[in-house]
Amino acid sequence: MVKMNSLEALVAQIQGLSGNSSDIHQLHGHLKQSDQFLYSESTRLAPVLTQLDPAKHSLGYLYLLEAVTSAPFSKERANELVVVVARFINACTAKQIRLAPDKFISVCRRFKDQVMLLEAPMRAVAPLLTAIQKLQPSTEHLTTLHPDFLLVCLSTKCYKTGLHLLEDNISEVDQPRDFFLYCYYGGMICIGQKHFGKALELLHNVVTAPMSTLSAIAVEAYKKYILVSLIHLGQFTTSFPKYTSSAAQRSLKNYCQPYLELANSYSTGKISELQTFVQMNRDKFVVDTNLGLVKQVVSSVYKRNIQRLTQTYLTLSLQDIANTVQLSSPKEAEMHVLQMIQDGEIYAAINQKDGMVRFLEDPEQYKTCEMIEHVDSSIQRMMALSKKLTAMDEKMSCDPSYVSKAGRERQRFDFDDFDGVPQRFNL
Amino acid sequence: MEADDESTGQMIDEIYANGGDPPSRPVISGEQLDVEAYAALYSGRTKIVRLLFIAERCGGGAMELESLRMAYDEIKKGENTQLFREVVQRIDGRLGPEYGPDPAWAVAVDRRAEQRKEKLENELNAYRTNLIKESIRMGYNDFGDFYYTHGLLGDAFKNYVRTRDYCTTGKHITHMCLNAILVSIEMGQFTHVSSYVSKAEQNSQNSDSLDTITAAKLRCAAGIAYLEAKKYKLAARKFLETSPELGNNYSEVIAAQDNKVIDNINFRNFLELVPEVRELIHDFYSSHYASCLDYLGSLKANLLLDIHLHDHVETLYEQIRSKALIQYTHPFLSVDLHMMANAFKTTVAGLEKELEALITDNQIQARIDSHNKILYARHADQRNATFQRVLQTGNEFDRDVRAMLLRANLIKHDYNQKSLRKV
Repeated sequence: MVKMNSLEALVAQIQGLSGNSSDIHQLHGHLKQSDQFLYSESTRLAPVLTQLDPAKHSLGYLYLLEAVTSAPFSKERANELVVVVARFINACTAKQIRLAPDKFISVCRRFKDQVMLLEAPMRAVAPLLTAIQKLQPSTEHLTTLHPDFLLVCLSTKCYKTGLHLLEDNISEVDQPRDFFLYCYYGGMICIGQKHFGKALELLHNVVTAPMSTLSAIAVEAYKKYILVSLIHLGQFTTSFPKYTSSAAQRSLKNYCQPYLELANSYSTGKISELQTFVQMNRDKFVVDTNLGLVKQVVSSVYKRNIQRLTQTYLTLSLQDIANTVQLSSPKEAEMHVLQMIQDGEIYAAINQKDGMVRFLEDPEQYKTCEMIEHVDSSIQRMMALSKKLTAMDEKMSCDPSYVSKAGRERQRFDFDDFDGVPQRFNL
Repeated sequence: MEADDESTGQMIDEIYANGGDPPSRPVISGEQLDVEAYAALYSGRTKIVRLLFIAERCGGGAMELESLRMAYDEIKKGENTQLFREVVQRIDGRLGPEYGPDPAWAVAVDRRAEQRKEKLENELNAYRTNLIKESIRMGYNDFGDFYYTHGLLGDAFKNYVRTRDYCTTGKHITHMCLNAILVSIEMGQFTHVSSYVSKAEQNSQNSDSLDTITAAKLRCAAGIAYLEAKKYKLAARKFLETSPELGNNYSEVIAAQDNKVIDNINFRNFLELVPEVRELIHDFYSSHYASCLDYLGSLKANLLLDIHLHDHVETLYEQIRSKALIQYTHPFLSVDLHMMANAFKTTVAGLEKELEALITDNQIQARIDSHNKILYARHADQRNATFQRVLQTGNEFDRDVRAMLLRANLIKHDYNQKSLRKV
């Protein structure tokens, strides 16, 4: 046992025991023991860091860095530290830092906070992404850093980078709070990129997630969910799916009254009513910083109404379109129709000579190779998913705590019906 | 007016014959109901209530006074002083001195009622001490009848229901149910009606089957209840079941059970809604829509006067019209809107609006060429639709399963947390 009271000895140890994995485990034990000592020495540690190689001695470096960042420091110092941490995140070995995820997360957190204080969130985008990739065992794992990263993306408007991360399908979650924030920020990023379908999915996850008490995140998510649902689907059903937690079902609607009224007003399809309603409740939407979305909701009414026309009419004059969807002039109607044709939302052709619009059917015939490939890949995806589901189910039914719980409940409910069922599992 | 009366009579005769072959009838617009002929079809309290209802609906003019007069006469025959006062107030001296308030009569009736009530109470108490079930039942029944004639419907209902505990045979139960149904219809409590109908029907299943008249009565009552609940299809079915048995006993049913003649007109309307086409409706479907709608329009005035039907006339008419529109467009691949508008006696623009509504509701599979004013039937491409649906279902499955896995994980996590804390 080496004495831990001198910094030099510790550094020497770190340098010596960073080779193979058994050494590292031994080192980890030493480091844990000297945690207190490191905190007390935190002000003197910074120069020591230069003696270590962040790639080779990642674990030791991480412990020292954590101690360094735990102490308060000045703004100039912060600037230097940000650089050091960023370099460390880029260089460190994933295998070593995963031994002390808590330390790594807290370093990254402080890094993010400092960057925010310095008002340069851009500097955190790339390092945090790397940090996430190094920290997570697989892309299916949600780490505590996910929400932080998404928040940074939001504040720098790097929606695309954020979106990239959101494409990984998360299924392993440790902290419910991380999950809520991840979905909420993720939803906002998707809204920013106008991927409303994905946004809806993420927000829906927040609203329907199991929770015992209602969280503010869920309330905000529900507000956005209502709005996005109106924009994307053109409708909103106030009923919750049955797996929604009772806490959410009970009280979520009480907090979102103006939004529910907005949805009601939307369903009438009358643009003027909707506009007056929005005008009247403008302040509430501004406070929630949802005014932009609300405006998109209003403009989506036009689209919705024009889309409805394509179902009923084969040809229709621009004048009639303008009248039906309450646009002021045929010119404006033309702009809307044109935009929608461009976005692939309707299939139509405008005859400018006599001002008629001819609505066409969806030209997709499902005959092309691309389409077949697309269908095939979908089928593959479904099969993989369903396999995963079965595996999960099997795992669940072998889980000791599940089996004992299920066994207990069975005993309570149908004592007589199941004589073959073991009545107690002593696991 | 004379000619109109005749046709009403004819119409009622025809219904009386219970929806047999309709004679080809000229369409008469604005035909008015002959109050006397109408009232003759009913008896008892219903007659009065119906007359009052007509008076209220007609709002002034000869018909109101006429019906009020008849109601007055009718009440005088009975013992309902409360209703009497109401009618007198409504007449308000407009029918001359012989229709003024008659305090002497009212007081006399009231006194008699008081005495009778006392007598009934004594009798009932005596029965109760003797504990003879049948007598107690009769006693309560008499009480019910008594309250009913005096217009205290709530009390009547209570007493009828009370007889239930003392019913010994299936017949008694049926009797009780019929009484209860009658009173509840008058009170407008249609949930009671349907519950007692089902009770009576259950009862009939247990014991000997009901005679046809009672069965018909029950079906009528059920039909009315469904109608009030806006379940038109079910109501139509009930009325349909009713009709064959009613044949000979119709008048009796009218008198005894306050069935509504007009309901059978309604019944025909229903047939138009329900795609079970009969001879009767062949006429309608043979595409004389305009004339049919005209005829219906002329019936409307009378239907609106019916006590049970008036609330539903508008809805039913709308549905019939939509049905006609759908029928019209169904066989064609393309329809000229001008011709269609002619057939329905409306303008092209109006027709376009109506069609638009139906297409939006997905009741007509077609699209309108508003440039050339032609309606084209639209045949969905099954193959494409299937592809679309498959992809969509796949995506939904994908999304739902992933969301579910996530939730399962969260729950698992929560569970682990708890068990950790316990340890």
